[in-house]
Amino acid sequence: MKLSEIIEHARGDVLNPSIFQDVDILGGCGADLMSDVLTGVKPGAVLLTGLCNLQVIRTAEMADVYAVVFLRGKKPTPEMVELATQKNIPIISSDMGMFQLSGRLCKAGLHSLESNWKELHE
Amino acid sequence: MSSTLQELYGRKGRTVTDRDAQEITRVEEVSYELKTADVMNRDLKCLAPTDTMREVFELLRVSRISGAPIMEGNVLVGIISQEDLMRAFANNDQDVPIQQYMTKNVITVKSYEPVIKALEIFARTKIGRLPVVDENESLVGMLTKGDITRGVLVAIQKDYQEEEIRRYRASHLFEDITSDRTSLILRYKIKSRDFNNGGQASSYIKRALLRLGASPQLARQCGIAVYEAEMNLIIHSTNGGVLRVQVEPRRILMQTSDDGPGIPDIAKALQPGWSTASEEARSMGFGAGMGLVNIQRCVDKMDIDSTPGKGTKLLMEIHLDPDEKFKSPPDTPESPGV
Repeated sequence: MKLSEIIEHARGDVLNPSIFQDVDILGGCGADLMSDVLTGVKPGAVLLTGLCNLQVIRTAEMADVYAVVFLRGKKPTPEMVELATQKNIPIISSDMGMFQLSGRLCKAGLHSLESNWKELHE
Repeated sequence: MSSTLQELYGRKGRTVTDRDAQEITRVEEVSYELKTADVMNRDLKCLAPTDTMREVFELLRVSRISGAPIMEGNVLVGIISQEDLMRAFANNDQDVPIQQYMTKNVITVKSYEPVIKALEIFARTKIGRLPVVDENESLVGMLTKGDITRGVLVAIQKDYQEEEIRRYRASHLFEDITSDRTSLILRYKIKSRDFNNGGQASSYIKRALLRLGASPQLARQCGIAVYEAEMNLIIHSTNGGVLRVQVEPRRILMQTSDDGPGIPDIAKALQPGWSTASEEARSMGFGAGMGLVNIQRCVDKMDIDSTPGKGTKLLMEIHLDPDEKFKSPPDTPESPGV
């Protein structure tokens, strides 16, 4: 799914338009716990999160997350926007909640890139 | 300025993407660095004002050019173009002298001026070719947009080759050096509770590994392992610690060490979900007791050596497949489930 479609579903605003590219997003993941992103997310995902701090951007960089959506209208700080821009990661702000947006994106055909517990521990 | 480049590269009406922006930036730089003399055509085909329009036709046809400077002795007095020729032929004026049809107030550009100057003139005046003159106003060459495009492309290609060579050198570092044991050591001091800079060292490490020719999967595995280890130092260590990465041709050793407080029960620390992290660490999205579990997943070997009151040493090792230079990643996207 194109990033622009995801933004449309999220009714989101791109916070660093200068680096925006309408890339293909391979799937989605949702987490507030950054360790969960690091453990269980495959490369190329859009990350939906309610957490809003610098570690989200660092985590996205480490886990090869292609784009981040901050939920419930959370507004990243200028430092976060700057770091995301520097790391070439588009960040988006949306008024929706995690369940709402995950549901919308799943329904629109975006797959999950989260590994489940069994995949991880067998 | 940007409109000039948009015109030059036919990007009109299309949104400028990030990639375009990067290229534009470099094209702009090159346009400032290159002088018109570097890209102009020095093979001058001139005519005299008393020559006829028929001679213009022959010159343009034989030389496959679209315009020519008109010289009276050594002085540039005009310029004649295909459009002038068509006007003359439409009036059946094949045999009239050039001076009746040529443009007399010739716009020129100096040979020592940057290419950007010529681009600005092209954009402003809509003319197709510019005579290039030296400091004595003597004609030394002709310049078209095509000459500029060619010159810029050659300059960018040269850049690209230099970058390729740099990359090649970095990624073949180990092959070029002979020793009984070659290793590259990266060392970072990590401050306790420095949540704002958490992950910076790991970011540098991931980048360095990519520069050294690691596959994206290998860089990701190492990046995740050292990131969790770095966050552990920030969250738990009393006085901070050191993150050290040793890159060798066959393996990558990663290590953190600190001087306290130490882990009282290592077996417990290895249980998923067991944590002693502060509320602050949890608010940053960490400290949920998954760090060591995550690290174990990413590396081939992990050892913890810890004494309460003395400190902790965490050792992580990834073996590199000698053929592929990386092991099969734990997270290759398979058929995605919903």
